[in-house]
This record gives sequence, C-alpha cells and structure tokens, in this order.
Amino acid sequence: MKILIVDDFSTMRRIIKNLLRDLGFNNTDEADDGNTALPKLQAGNFDFLVTDWNMPGMQGIDLLKAVRADAKLANLPVLMVTAEAKKEQIVEAAQAGVNGYIVKPFTAATLKEKIDKIFERIEASQS
Amino acid sequence: MTQNQICSDHCLEYAKKLVECFEQGKSEEAEQVLGDLAAMRDIELFQELGKLTRDLHDSLMSFQIDPKMADLAEKDIPDAKERLNHVITMTEEAADKTLTAVESSLSLFDELKSRASKLQTSWGRFRKRDMDVDEFRAMSSELDEFFRWLEEKGGEINGRLSDIMMAQDFQDLTGQIIRRVITLVQDVEDGLVSLIRMTGQKMHTQEEEPKAEQKKVEGPDIEAVGPAVPGVDTADVVSGQDEVDDLLSSLGF
Repeated sequence: MKILIVDDFSTMRRIIKNLLRDLGFNNTDEADDGNTALPKLQAGNFDFLVTDWNMPGMQGIDLLKAVRADAKLANLPVLMVTAEAKKEQIVEAAQAGVNGYIVKPFTAATLKEKIDKIFERIEASQS
Repeated sequence: MTQNQICSDHCLEYAKKLVECFEQGKSEEAEQVLGDLAAMRDIELFQELGKLTRDLHDSLMSFQIDPKMADLAEKDIPDAKERLNHVITMTEEAADKTLTAVESSLSLFDELKSRASKLQTSWGRFRKRDMDVDEFRAMSSELDEFFRWLEEKGGEINGRLSDIMMAQDFQDLTGQIIRRVITLVQDVEDGLVSLIRMTGQKMHTQEEEPKAEQKKVEGPDIEAVGPAVPGVDTADVVSGQDEVDDLLSSLGF
C-alpha cells in the first residue's frame, strides 16, 4: 500500500505521515502542491491519495478533478484533509468524486475511521 | 478635429486679421483682434483648468466610493485583527496541550525510574545470592507487577507523545490564517499607494489595477479561504467532523 501525502505545510505532512505509520502504513511519499503531486501519481503505483485543499499552485480540488479525469488514476481512492469547511466546498469535493473528507483540526481516531471506511466501501463494491 | 487644432486654426485666422489690420493701419480694429486673441487664450486656460479639476474630482469620488476601500476599512481590517487574535489563541492552546502532555509523561517517567530502581536493588541482592526463597518469591511478583505496570503506562506515554505530535497541527492552521492576513496587508498597501499617487503632483486617472486581485488563489469559483475563524467567518461553514459527515450522508455520499 503506497500512499501519497500532499499538503503545502510540511508540519502537516509530517503529522499525517506519523499517523499513517501508527496505523501500519509505512510506505508513504510526499508532495507540497497539486502540481508536484500529479506527475508523481502518474509515474507511480500509488494506492491512496491524501490531500489538502488550499495550496498555492494547484489546489487539492483541482488535483482531485485531474485524478478523476485521468484514465490511469480515475479509481484512486482520495481522502481530503483540509481546513476548508464551507458546505459548498464539501459538496463540490463530494461531487468531484472524493472518497472521504476530514476537516482540520482532526484526531488520529478520525483519520483511522475514514481510511477504514474507504477501504470497506472499496471491498464492498468489488464483491 | 481636435480641440487644439480648432484653437490654432482660430488663432491663425486672428493672426492673419491682425496683420491685415496693421498693414491697413486700422489700429482700433487691431486692438480688438488682440483683445479677442487674449480672451481665447484665457478660455483655453480655463478649459484646461476645468478639465483637470473635473479629473481630480472624479478620481477622488471613485476612490471614495470604491467599495474595496470601504470594505478594507470597515470589514477586512477588523477581520484581520480577529484572525490574528485567533492565531494567538490557537498557539496558546497548542502550547498548553503540549506542556500538559510533557508534564504527564515526565511524572510517568519518574515513577518508572523509582520502580526500576527498587527492582534493581532486589535484583542486585539476588545476584549476590543474598536472597532467601520468600524474598525471591516477593521479587518475582514485584517483577510481574512491574511488567504489567510498564505495559499500561507505556501505552499512556505513547498517547502523550501522540498528543504532542497532534498539537503541532496549529502550525498549518495558523500559517493559513496568517497568509490570508498578509494578502489583506498587501491590499491596504496597494490602496495607500493609489491614494498617494492621486494626491501627488502628477495627476493620473485610475491607471493600475490593484495587484491584490492577482494574489488571490486562482482557480475554481469557490475560493479556498483557510481555517474558519469563529466570529469572523460566518459564511456557511461546518463546525466539526460530525457536521461534515452528516452533510455528506444527507446528500447520499
């Protein structure tokens, strides 16, 4: 399970990386913006994407849309972890095909719960 | 025909007439023509002055009624102060959480050290064969108890370290808030520069578009604004993960 963590604040990437490690996910990589993340995803065998929304170059919502538009990446599970809390944003992300949406500040328990839920749904839809 | 062309055509006419008058010795008429020429120049001057005054007035009016300027003063700057206050609150809370976790961990470690030290003493005696069977049994059960305690408290210490790590999330959130305030400061700077230019020696009409427009993150229609600050951001925001989950399930996601 290879996970890409995308956030323009390195502190947040580090926190998420540590939390994922606690949950048993040791194989992680990082990007600091949507436009550095996209080529990594396209080059690389990632199984899961965790991304922020508000980033200076390419925002998370646009990264999500680009992923869904790319034939190779369209089914990549995407979890947004972001401070953006406007209802219309949450709805926009859901309509763009996000698999989970976590608002900051969040707890380790919430991260685990949402990841578990995403994988449950994937398994359910495959069986 | 431009204003200037019309003027110089008239002037030429007057000038020709003036020469004619002098050539024909009509001095009274010449006086008249000279008077007309002077009057024309005065009119031109007044027209220029009038135009400049009007330009200045229009510029100042549009500056005053520029909703952006009013917004900055009435809304954005007070907002910015609130946001920065919120940053102070957040950093203070993060520091508190961290210090609490540190204090708790330190006291757990103190207990760990004192238990280990007692066991070390017993173990030392055992190694020197300075222990009878009963004492050995006592030490055995103390060891069991120590391992059980270690497992329990070890988990707690892990938890406290996790708390410390999670408390660092303030850096991302306060960073986003501060960035937004920086944008506002940029807006104010641009506004002040415009104002200074306008009241300066050279009169320009609104020549530069506020650069601030470009600083906003471009992209989708719904602007990303960073963490919501209580009391400042009253737009339709959710107040926690539970509300996010409810909203999504209510829409069938």
